[in-house]
Amino acid sequence: MSGTLTTVSYIGAIILFVLSLGGLSNPESSRKGNWFGIIGMTIAVLATIFGSRLVEIPGGHEEWKLVMPDGLIFIIAAMAVGGTIGIIAARVIKMTQMPELVAIMHSLVGLAACTIGYASFIDTSIQFTGAEHAIHVMEIYIGILIGAVTFSGSVIAFGKLSGKITGKPVLIPGRHVFNLAILLTVIYFGYVFVTATDPNQSWLALIVMTVLSLIFGIHMVMAIGGADMPVVVSMLNSYSGWAAAATGFMLSNDLLIVVGALVGSSGAILSYIMCKAMNRHFLSVIAGGFGTGGGTVVKKDGDAGPVGEVTPISALDTAELLKESKSIIIVPGYGMAVAQAQHTVYEITKVLREMGKTVRFGIHPVAGRMPGHMNVLLAEAKVPYDIVMEMDELNEDFPETDVSMVIGANDIVNPAAQEDPSSPIAGMPVLEVWKAKTSIVMKRSMASGYAGVDNPLFYKENNRMLFGDAKKMLDEVLTALKA
Amino acid sequence: MPQTIGIPKETYAGEKRVATAPDIVEKLIKLGFSVTVESGAGEGASFFDEAFTNAGAKVVSGTDVWASSDIIFKVRAPDLSEVAKLKEGTTLISFIWPAQNPDLMTALAARKITVLAMDAVPRLLSRAQKMDALTSTASISGYRAVIEAANAFGRYFNGQITAAGKVLPAKVFVAGAGVAGLAAIGTSVALGAIVRANDTRAEVADQVKSMGAEFVKVEYEEEGSGGGGYAKVMSEGFQQAQREMYAKQAKDVDIIITTALIPGKPAPKLITAAMVASMKPGSVIVDMAGEQGGNCELTEPGKAVVKHGVTIIGYTDLPSRLAKQSSTMYATNLLRLTEELCKTKDGQIFVNMDDDAIRGFTVIKDGAVTWPAPPLKLPAPPAPKAVAAPVVVKEKSAFSKLVSALTMPIFAAALFALIGLYAPPAFIGHFTVFVLAVFVGYMVVWNVTPALHTPLMSVTNAISSIITIGALIQIAPQVAPGTARPDELIRWIAIVGIALTSINMFGGFAVTRRMLMMFRK
Repeated sequence: MSGTLTTVSYIGAIILFVLSLGGLSNPESSRKGNWFGIIGMTIAVLATIFGSRLVEIPGGHEEWKLVMPDGLIFIIAAMAVGGTIGIIAARVIKMTQMPELVAIMHSLVGLAACTIGYASFIDTSIQFTGAEHAIHVMEIYIGILIGAVTFSGSVIAFGKLSGKITGKPVLIPGRHVFNLAILLTVIYFGYVFVTATDPNQSWLALIVMTVLSLIFGIHMVMAIGGADMPVVVSMLNSYSGWAAAATGFMLSNDLLIVVGALVGSSGAILSYIMCKAMNRHFLSVIAGGFGTGGGTVVKKDGDAGPVGEVTPISALDTAELLKESKSIIIVPGYGMAVAQAQHTVYEITKVLREMGKTVRFGIHPVAGRMPGHMNVLLAEAKVPYDIVMEMDELNEDFPETDVSMVIGANDIVNPAAQEDPSSPIAGMPVLEVWKAKTSIVMKRSMASGYAGVDNPLFYKENNRMLFGDAKKMLDEVLTALKA
Repeated sequence: MPQTIGIPKETYAGEKRVATAPDIVEKLIKLGFSVTVESGAGEGASFFDEAFTNAGAKVVSGTDVWASSDIIFKVRAPDLSEVAKLKEGTTLISFIWPAQNPDLMTALAARKITVLAMDAVPRLLSRAQKMDALTSTASISGYRAVIEAANAFGRYFNGQITAAGKVLPAKVFVAGAGVAGLAAIGTSVALGAIVRANDTRAEVADQVKSMGAEFVKVEYEEEGSGGGGYAKVMSEGFQQAQREMYAKQAKDVDIIITTALIPGKPAPKLITAAMVASMKPGSVIVDMAGEQGGNCELTEPGKAVVKHGVTIIGYTDLPSRLAKQSSTMYATNLLRLTEELCKTKDGQIFVNMDDDAIRGFTVIKDGAVTWPAPPLKLPAPPAPKAVAAPVVVKEKSAFSKLVSALTMPIFAAALFALIGLYAPPAFIGHFTVFVLAVFVGYMVVWNVTPALHTPLMSVTNAISSIITIGALIQIAPQVAPGTARPDELIRWIAIVGIALTSINMFGGFAVTRRMLMMFRK
């Protein structure tokens, strides 16, 4: 196989990857898109294994070299081990655990970027001089840096999402100074690394930087609260892309650069959408600490918070209310995922639709712990996607809705975001469930959401609280509906 | 020993309501009370003795209900003969109107009893709303007023085009948009009439519009809210402007429903005899303020009369004319109130004077008059908050806007300049590819539907395993002649890299596929 053919194969793979992402514009084409991705990946891997590459040799000339065949057995073995683990994980994972899976996969990309960076560094056969040398070592340095941050950050995100680490923001005093100190140290050692003449000096710089990057990744994600997880997950998605792109620069490989850039910009866009859905600035999410310190500021103008009393409702009365209404909007949140209630929700939806009622789902962009989390859960429960709406598609319809049912969501339906300019979530777009004739909030207790903000919705006159585990309560509602 | 709740038959002439309903009796018993109902008490509201017995109440005759009960539920305030039947220590819960009935208050206090007045429930306390019988009664009156008007009105309410000719919709004007007024608006709109309404309180305009009616403004600037959700007496200038508006409406509309009341004062005379005379023959006026003298000069309280060809209905018993509905709703209000009094659910009431709501409606406590209650310490109205808002949300100056708008372009320009000055040509090639790829990614990803954001992440995860190519290249040496390379070490590092990325490659595509299979129409 000639070098040109390899390059052409890479171009084919790039096109397929772009088509793969493009296919996700709607659910029908998305299945095809996934196949494009698989084919693209196969082509890329085969072309790399069996193709020859243009190797730059010091002295100015270039030469085509074939891959040594005895490497093949190692490649197959490594891929078999990794592939088996991957496929098993993909099979057994519960849909509610998707955010954890995605987070841990990000960490693998980060770790791989680190290993490739180190391998590239110790590869003494590649030698450059002057500006090319500086650029090459800088690429190694940056590649490992991004890889290490992605790795440790994703591991912490995984821990937080799976509940192994507290979901609350963990803040150390003077954290901004701490971050700044890490940044300056890393830049200093970057300079040392680029200008180093002694290998020991380079090693020291590289190791110090790696350790600091790992610490930075841990610290960054630890300081972020549970409600901001969608931003973090998509941000790490983005980082894993940039890590791949940096590796591409390091190895002068355009395929890696392109794919890394695609993934990186995809993650960046998702982070942006998530931030916008919470009316937060990206930097303030990364700086962390949301949902702890802000609480004291809220109460300053003598406002005693929402007043009044909540009106509880029983599962039986909820069923009655649903029977008497014509149009219903269900707003699911993370609580539904925790209680694994999506199947019961679908059963209720089915019963109600058979009664001739309009049932729709309203999904807030940051509902759940990662972008699109709720959609996946509802799809798993076989809810048809044409009744699952985005916030902007149905927010206008609440005044004409008889019952809005909030299942395990809090901040995304908080009227304070619109009514109280001093609220920490002021200006965040929210689903206006309180405008429906009656709203029912299913909740385990009166505790506030991840943002730590009290929710005036609970005290509204037309709001009813259905306390208890979402799954158990919904089962009771379903029984009552069928009776 | 659980306390007994007694429900006597209402004795006021023509009163058909009763202070409980069989469904509510069951719930009272669940709270631990025993319930006694006077025989025939519910007949006017179509609740017969048998239904009460089935619900678990004891049906007794005549005076027994007064003698055997610890708590008495009534609708109308008791007359003096009933007061005489109350035994010492009883708790009486009913409408009382202490301001209008000082004699009754003295008589009740003399019996050494506790009196809870349903008309004194603090309406502004949101948790007291469930016990606010004034609201439920008023809304029934508003509904019934329209039904009475429709009954007396000789035409359709809704406009129709039929084979027998075109029918214009009736025009209804509602004066006073309180609870009763809003209920009247809602009912008229539901019947298909064109509805207009007016109130001296400008803030109710939105509520009027939300019910589907048009708000008619008085062309005069004055704020008419008198606290407690009631209106106040307006200035002479305003009243003049208001009269002109009413005169204009009277000529135009078919039905006028008036609900204007000012607490403790006779009802304002809104509709003059001249206005009545100016109305079309066959028109109807329902004057819901009949009990306080009426909003119309020609109203005869309690009667329907025809004057100048206009039917003027001044019934004062509108809630009683919808006895079953009124009784059920009033009974529910009483149940909620009992729940507040009996939080322990053991059949014993406790009149807790530290509770704002309970303090509000307790007018006599163990023989001592406690009316009127001190004013409520309500949370400040939201108005000051709106003033505070601009302080919190700082407006950015033009300069800082300019700075933030220019930061990115300048930064980008500087970066490009640096790259252009120092980077070798090979790097520029890769950099071009990189920048273009970022833009392609940007364009493609914005088209992804939000519902598929999770599959998007897992598929990008899978394709970022392309980094494996880096490891694949490294596993085989690319040695230039004359250079050495630590093959073994690099190979093992690369193998680890390949294994890690393979997890992503296979797992990512597999899980994406699994998810996408679930999305269905």
